[in-house]
Amino acid sequence: MKTKLLSLLLLCALGGCTNLGVQPWERGVLAKPEMALDHEQLDLALDDHIFFSKEGVSGGRAFAGGGCGCN
Amino acid sequence: MQLSGKGVAAALTVASVQMLSLDAVAQEQLTGQSLSGKSSSGKDADSTGLDWLPDWIAKPLAPWRFDGAILWYREQDRVQAIEGIVQGRYDYSDSLSVTAKMLLDSLSGASATGALPQPTAQTFTRPSGGGEYSVATGQTPLDDTFKDTRLQLSADWSEIISTEKRIHGGVYGSKEFDYASIGVNGGAEWGFNKDNTTLSLSTALGMDVVDPVGAVPVAGAPMAIRRDFSGEDAFLAAFATTRIPGVRRKYTSEMLFGLNQVINRSTLVQLNYGVALSQGYLTDPYKILSVVNEQGLAQEYRYESRPDSRLRHSLFALLKYAMDKGVWEASYRFTLDDWGMQSHTLETRLRRQFGDIWGFKGLYGQLHLRWLHQGETDFYRSFLMEGEALPRYMSADYRLGDLDTYTLGVKLGYRLSGGRELAWRLGWYHQVPRGSQPALPALAGLDLYPVVDAAMLQLNYQW
Repeated sequence: MKTKLLSLLLLCALGGCTNLGVQPWERGVLAKPEMALDHEQLDLALDDHIFFSKEGVSGGRAFAGGGCGCN
Repeated sequence: MQLSGKGVAAALTVASVQMLSLDAVAQEQLTGQSLSGKSSSGKDADSTGLDWLPDWIAKPLAPWRFDGAILWYREQDRVQAIEGIVQGRYDYSDSLSVTAKMLLDSLSGASATGALPQPTAQTFTRPSGGGEYSVATGQTPLDDTFKDTRLQLSADWSEIISTEKRIHGGVYGSKEFDYASIGVNGGAEWGFNKDNTTLSLSTALGMDVVDPVGAVPVAGAPMAIRRDFSGEDAFLAAFATTRIPGVRRKYTSEMLFGLNQVINRSTLVQLNYGVALSQGYLTDPYKILSVVNEQGLAQEYRYESRPDSRLRHSLFALLKYAMDKGVWEASYRFTLDDWGMQSHTLETRLRRQFGDIWGFKGLYGQLHLRWLHQGETDFYRSFLMEGEALPRYMSADYRLGDLDTYTLGVKLGYRLSGGRELAWRLGWYHQVPRGSQPALPALAGLDLYPVVDAAMLQLNYQW
C-alpha cells in the first residue's frame, strides 16, 4: 500500500513537471554558464573539503565521500 | 556512440599527456604534426599519425580549458592549510568530454584532541609515543604536531548517448602521510519533457586506508604518560599495549538520485536524495576523552571509539534564479544518520554582474552565506566520569557534537584578455560548538566548547 502510494505521488509529481519548463528556443538565459548546476566547481570542491573536515556531515549536492583523514 | 574501455583508456592517456605539456606541444607529439601544418613523419598534413584512434580522440573539438585555484585557510591558533587545485577539461566532440583534476594541500598546526581544559597544566603523550606536549592552565588541549601533505588525482569523462541520455564515470586516488583513498564513480541521466526534466542516478565506491602515526590505538585504552612510569622501557611497554599494528580500512558505497526541473526561462530547481554506507575503521585515531573525578579533575585520558558502520541519508534542494544582471542560488540540505546525528544547512549565493567598470571587463561580485546546525551523535560525550563503565562507543570530537557554523564569503572576478578570468574570494568561517556545562567545581569558568574562527583567501584563474 505504502509503495503504491509513493508511486502515485511520484507519478503525480512527474506529471506536474510536464506543465513546467520552456521551449528549446527559450533557453537563452538558462544556457548561461553561471546557471549551470555545477558552475564554480572548484569553489564548491574547496568549500566541501573544508566543511567535510570541520563538520560531522557531508554530501547532498554531490557525494558525501571520504578521501581524507582530515583534522 | 558506445564508449569502450579501450576508448576511455586512450582518452585518458591523451588527456594526461596533454595536461602535462603545453597544449600545442602535446598535440604535436601525439599527432606527429607540427604547428606549421607539416608532418614530422613525412605524412601529409591531414594525417594525424593516430589514424587508428577514433576521430573523437585524434581530432578533438577544442583545446584544453583549465580552472585553477589556490586557497589559504587559517584558523585562529589552530590549523593552517594551503590547497592548490587545477582542473582541465577537454571536449573531444560535441558529445564526449574528459576532465582531469589534481589537488595538492598542505596542512599544519594544532587540532583539538577532545580532552577537556583544566585548572592546571596538562601533559599528553604524542600519537607516535615519541614525545610529550603540554597544555597551559585553562587552555583547550590541542595537539600541535599535525603536519600533512595530500595529493589527489582524479579523472572523469561524460558522454551524451542520445538527446535524452547521458552517462559519466570517474576514478580518483589520494594519498597523505597516514591516509590513502581510492574510488570509482559512475552514473546516468535521462532527460525528458523537452529536456526540461532530468532524472539522474549516480553511484560511487571508495576504499580508504588509515595508517596512523604510532599505529592504531586500542579503542578505549588509557593513554600511557611517561611520568606515571619508573623508566623509559616501562613506559614504552605500556604504550605498546595501547597500540595495534597494521593498517585499518574503510569502505564507502553511495547512491545519489537526482531530479532537475526547469521551471521557466529563468528558474530551475534540483532535488537530490543521497544514501551512503561507510563500513570499517571510522574512529579518529588521534582523538581522546578526559576521564574526570567528582571534582572535575582529569585522572586519565582514553582513546575514542566509534561504531564500525555509518548509514547516512541526505536530502538536498537547490533553486537557481537568473536575474537581469545576476544569478541567485539558494539551497537547503537535511541529513540524518544511524549515529543519531541530524543536520540542517541553508546556503545562498548572490551574483551580480557590474559590466565593464573601473577598467575591469565583465566585473562581477558574489556574496556567499551559509549556516549549518548539527545535533550530536548518540555516543558523543564531552568527558567520562571516573568509575563509570566504559561505553562501547564514545567520542569527544566536537565535530560529532552540537554545532552551529556560519560562513560569510565575498568574491570578485573579472575577465582578462584571451578568454582568461581572474577571481578573488575572501571568506570567514565561524564555528560555535554547544553543550551543557557540568556542575563540577574544577570545570567552573572553563570554556569547554570554544568558538573557532577561520579566515579563507582564495585566488581563481581560468585559462
